[in-house]
Parts: sequence; structure tokens; C-alpha cells
Amino acid sequence: MRHLLSMEDLETDEILTLLTTAESMHDVQRREVKKLPTLRGRTIVNLFFEDSTRTRSSFEIAGKWLSADVINISGKGSSTSKGESLRDTVLTVAAMGVDGLVIRHHASGAARQVSQWVDASIVNAGDGMHEHPTQALLDAYTMRRALGDLAGRHVAIVGDLTHSRVLRSNLICLARLGARVTVVAPPTLMPSGIGTWAAAEGFETSYDLDAVLPSADAVMMLRVQRERMSGGFFPTPREYTVGYGLTRDRLRLLQDHTVICHPGPMNRGLEIAADAADAARSLILDQVSAGVAVRMSVLYHLLAGGSAEPAARAGAQRTGATTVHEGVS
Amino acid sequence: MSTATTLLVKGADLAGAGAGDLLVRDGVVVEVGSVSAPRDAEVIDADGLVALPGLVDLHTHLREPGREDAETIATGAAAAAVGGYTAILAMANTTPVTDTAEAAERIAELGARTGLVDVQPIGAVTKGLAGEELAELGLMARSRARVRVFSDDGHCVHDARVMRRALEYVRAFDGVISQHAQEPRLADGAACCHEGELSGRLGLPGWPGVAEEVIVARDVMLARHTGSRVHIAHVSTAGSVEVLRWARSQGVAVTAEVTPHHLLLTTDLLSGYDPTFKVNPPLRPAEDVEALRAALADGTIDAVATDHAPHARHDKEHAFVDAAFGMLGLETALPVVSEVMVASGLLDWAGVAQVMSVRPARIAGLAGHGRPLAVGEPANLTLVDPQAQVTVDRDASMSLSRNNPWHGRTLRGAVHATVLRGRPTVLKGALA
Repeated sequence: MRHLLSMEDLETDEILTLLTTAESMHDVQRREVKKLPTLRGRTIVNLFFEDSTRTRSSFEIAGKWLSADVINISGKGSSTSKGESLRDTVLTVAAMGVDGLVIRHHASGAARQVSQWVDASIVNAGDGMHEHPTQALLDAYTMRRALGDLAGRHVAIVGDLTHSRVLRSNLICLARLGARVTVVAPPTLMPSGIGTWAAAEGFETSYDLDAVLPSADAVMMLRVQRERMSGGFFPTPREYTVGYGLTRDRLRLLQDHTVICHPGPMNRGLEIAADAADAARSLILDQVSAGVAVRMSVLYHLLAGGSAEPAARAGAQRTGATTVHEGVS
Repeated sequence: MSTATTLLVKGADLAGAGAGDLLVRDGVVVEVGSVSAPRDAEVIDADGLVALPGLVDLHTHLREPGREDAETIATGAAAAAVGGYTAILAMANTTPVTDTAEAAERIAELGARTGLVDVQPIGAVTKGLAGEELAELGLMARSRARVRVFSDDGHCVHDARVMRRALEYVRAFDGVISQHAQEPRLADGAACCHEGELSGRLGLPGWPGVAEEVIVARDVMLARHTGSRVHIAHVSTAGSVEVLRWARSQGVAVTAEVTPHHLLLTTDLLSGYDPTFKVNPPLRPAEDVEALRAALADGTIDAVATDHAPHARHDKEHAFVDAAFGMLGLETALPVVSEVMVASGLLDWAGVAQVMSVRPARIAGLAGHGRPLAVGEPANLTLVDPQAQVTVDRDASMSLSRNNPWHGRTLRGAVHATVLRGRPTVLKGALA
């Protein structure tokens, strides 16, 4: 594994390897001293062309706990707004001597393009409306901890599907893990061509949340961005909530074991009621916590290579924690 | 450059009408048939070649004035000549915009200086391409540049009232409005990928075919209402073809062009997010491509036009949605048409002459181009080697730009020579 650009890059066994490593990393996270020496001497740049506190912090902590030197560069307001090409921007950053480039960009496909221009390993931390693979991995990680194996489990993904990179990565990831997926949204927030897409990939689509919820094992609510509300995608926030929000009333439709996820940030009262977000069955904070572990796992597999393994093991043994999973690629 | 005033083209297949010789003196065809070479004549051995009337491109973007780093009139003219063209129409979206008589005359003059191809400026429909007030259409028409084609290309003349007035106004001098059909409320400036399953999967802003079709339908009705001529630029969908077919059946004065790229390349090329394949309108699915080929073959679409759109490398090295729209086309148009239309049997060479020379010249009102290969006609000729296999190399281009979607493709059919008013501009595939 050289880059993580899309969930398409990962076969099922690679996903499972990443998730297993993430478990070890999660244990590290719960220790008093959280550092592993694994990536000592490696440099990771978080190159964010789009605002993101959560994802950037999560990658930053993940890199630091692996002892990498982590630098954050904000693309916003930097040379790109003066018309410098994306290629020139990333070549400039890469020329400083970077091992890993974590990139967030407002444009779909940006991470893939960057991977063709520089030698560093690229992690896609969200590209436009395309993908957000580490989000899908942390979602899978969190749901597996709550539900066990996801094969045969029914996951409902609800909300603004059109503009969601979380959706696209999750569709691929959940399919690889054998889950059954139903996506729910008003027709105006369904990606174009989703009918043929669904037929090809074997997921289902629905406009009727109430019909889908009773059989769901997990309900993943997606954020409805404020700017969509004035875009004519639906008449009013109130109407959206009535049709597609996870309201207090709808909680009654869920099975006892059904869990609730949301990638954040939430619009409480719009797509998710406070009673749902704060319910015992809500995994929303677990997702955030898992995010660091999963990103540690990704950075480890991309950047440590075979040579760094003993160091990781030594670090783990020294502090008495679980050995980092072997068989890394 | 050759200075011969007498030229003998020996043994060419005359646009599919059988082999013959063409004797040219002082820019005019003086003899056709079996001609023995006069002593002073420069002879082109055209055995195995097809002679076509010089190609005419209704839709070329030169970047002069404004972006001479991407293309100049001289480099664009060289690319055109190598591509077999003897006349090109230069789109108005330069900086400044060609929306005055003076700007149009300047382009015509710089074009004439190249001596490689006739450069006929297209005037803007509206001032600054802003879509609001009519540009000085009449003054451009009366100018030395004799502008007859008007277009805001790159932008749709989306306001129905402005379009109606423009159509009515240009009737006074037999002008035509070339419309970039894109309803901006259905496909805005960010739209860059055919709207369908692929745009959904890639997360790229969709450019639905219907955004083109509603404008084609509207403008067909406006042309019928005003009795004016409208030309639809770069038709890209099967739905537009249906509307055009109906309009023709009703006798509406509508003409249309299709680009070489829309005749061969399909939307799936966008799956790797390579901005080389970003073009407006976008590449469409195979069903649309099939419909466009059929429409070109049956005359529903009149012409092939390149929409040659050079861009500096750094303007294409952005993220896909941020990169510039457009691709090169002048040097590859004939080979693509040969491959797509001739090799498939959809058109013969006489048909190619129609769609790449005769009809575009007529639409543009260029009297000296698109003429028969006959005595007394201006000697604007393109000699094609129909069997040559050429692998496109973007670095071999005469264009200053390299945004070439055909790079690495092998196409059958190559331009061997181009003759502008009796003088070879291209011989053996290179500038003479």
C-alpha cells in the first residue's frame, strides 16, 4: 500500500488488516504515555485546502503519537488563491522532504492527481464530493466494535448523499465487508445515476426512512450542509426533518441493538435530534476516538514499512502494550 | 515557403470522384483531368492521396490577444495548416473580447500576415460576452474583417430576449449566431462532467444533457419565429440531435456542428480525473457518440468543427473542477473523422468534403472556400493520405499548448499537403 486515495484501493483483507492494527493503536491511545517511536524521523504534512478542525487534528494527533514530525499547512489563503497551480503547490511542499502528505481538498480527485506528481505517500483526507476513506474505515471500526462482524448487517445511510464523500467511501467499504446498505434521501439529494450505480454495486435506495429503520442494525446520519438549504434541494429545514431526520419519534422504530453514527459536525435538530445524538446507542464520540486509532494504523502501514516494524514492536513491548499487528504491507 | 505560381497535383482521387490531375496557376484551378506537367510547374505526386477542398473550421480558439503564452494567431494558423485547414474562424473570447470592428480587423490582419490560413474573426454577440447588451454587430459586419458569424462561445446567450434581438438584427447582413447551448441554471460554471452514474460516483458537478437540449429547442423556436439563421456549436447529445432533426423537418434555418472529440471520446475517460479530458460541453456516453455520428452521416449535423482550445500547462494542472476547459483539435480533426466516419463507412470522402469544407464555408459565408475542385475555382486544397497510420505525439504539435487528448492514439488518415490559393502551406505533413 503506497497511497490511500480511495476505498477502491483496498481489498477486504487489507481493510481487515488496517482495522486490526487500529485496535492495537486504540490500546496505545488509552495508555498514559501514548507515543510509539514507529515513525520517528518521518515527516508528515497535513496539507488542507479546506477548513477542517476535526480531521486535521485527528491526523495530527495520530502522526504525533507515532513520533512523526507533523506540520500543518493550510492551502486556504496561500498561494493557490493567487492562481498557483495545484501541481506547483504540492511540488513546493514535497520538495521540502516529506514522507507523507495528508491532503484535504475541495475538489474531487485532487488526492489522486497529487499522487501522480509527487513521490510522497498520499492520504486522501477528503476530496470534494468524492471520498473520505479514513472516515469509512473509522466508521467500520466503530460499528464492528459495537455489532461484531458486519457481514449481513443492514446499514442505513441517510441524508445529503449527493454532496457526501463519506457516503461514497462507505458504500465501497461496507460492500467489501459484506454489509447490506440502504441509502435514504429525498430525490434531490441522491447522486445522479444512483439507480444504475446501486444495481451494479448491490445496495438499495429509498425515499422512505420509516420503512428502512426497523430493519437497520446501524443508522448513519449524514450532515446536511447549511448552504444546501438555500439551494432549493428541499423546501424548508422543518420539512427535511419531518421526512429524513432521526427524530425522537423515529428512535422507537429502531431495534434494541441498533446503533447511531454521524461523521460530524452535526446539525442538532435538523438531521439528528439531541435525543438520538446523545442516546446510549449513539457511537458518535466513539467514532471520533476511533478516528485517531484508524489514522495511526493508516500512517503506520503507509510509512513505517518493514524496517520500522521492530521499532514499533519494541516500543509497544517497552510499555507493555499489545504488540502492533504484524503482516503489514 | 514555395513561390511557384504553377502547381500540378498529379493523380489524386478528387474527393472520391476518381483519379485526376489538378493544374493550378496564380491561385486558381485552370485544368482538371489528365494534365502533363508544364515546365515551370511544381509537381505534387498525389498518387494514392485524396484531394479535398481546403478544410474550414467554424470553431477555433486562438489566444491572441491576451494569452499569447497558450497560442498566438501565428502558431494556431500553423497548427491549422498542418491539420489541412485553409480557413479558420477565430472565436471571440480573447482578452480583450472581439466585440468591436477594430478588434476584428486586427485579428484578420494578423491572420493574413501568417500566410498559412485565412483567419476569419467571429464577433461577440454581446459586449464583453456578458450576455446583456448587443455588441456592435453591424459595425463588425461592415468592417474590413467582414464578420458574419457571431458567438459568445464559452458562454451561452441565455437571455431569451437578447438572443431573439441578436437573431433578428443580424438578418440585415446575413449574419448567423453560433450558440453555445448551455442553460446556466441547469449547468453552471462548475459543471464539468456529464451528469450520470459516473459524475455521481466521481463526485464531480454534473453537466446534464438537458441543459444543452433546452437551449437548442428554445433557439430553434426563436429561429423559426424570427426567420433568422441559428447555428448550434459543439452539439453533444442525442437529445439535441432529435430536436435538430425535427427543426430541419420543419424547414427552420438551423445548422449545427460536432467536434471530433464528441465523435470518439466518451465520458469514462474522466475516471482518472485527468483535466486533459475536461471540455465544455463535456464528453458524453457512447449512446450520445453514436447518435452524433449518425446525425453527421445523415446531414442533421452539418459540419465538424474542432473547438481547438489551447491552454497553458499550468492552467490544466489544477484540481479537475478548477482546471481550464478545452482540448486541442486542429491537427487531429481530419484523422479522427477519417477513423470514425470513413473507416466505418458512415461517410465517403465526398461526404468528408461536405462536412469539413463545403458546409462550414457556406455557414460562415466564406466565398473562396469550400468550392468544388473545378476549373475557375480558387485552389484551396487538402491532400489526405487515407492509409497512413499516425500515432499522435503531443510534443510534435505546432500549437504552443499540449492539452492534447489524442496523445498516444494511433489514427488512420493523415494530412499530406495543404494548398492555400495555389501555394502549398504544408508538404509531406510539415509546413512547406
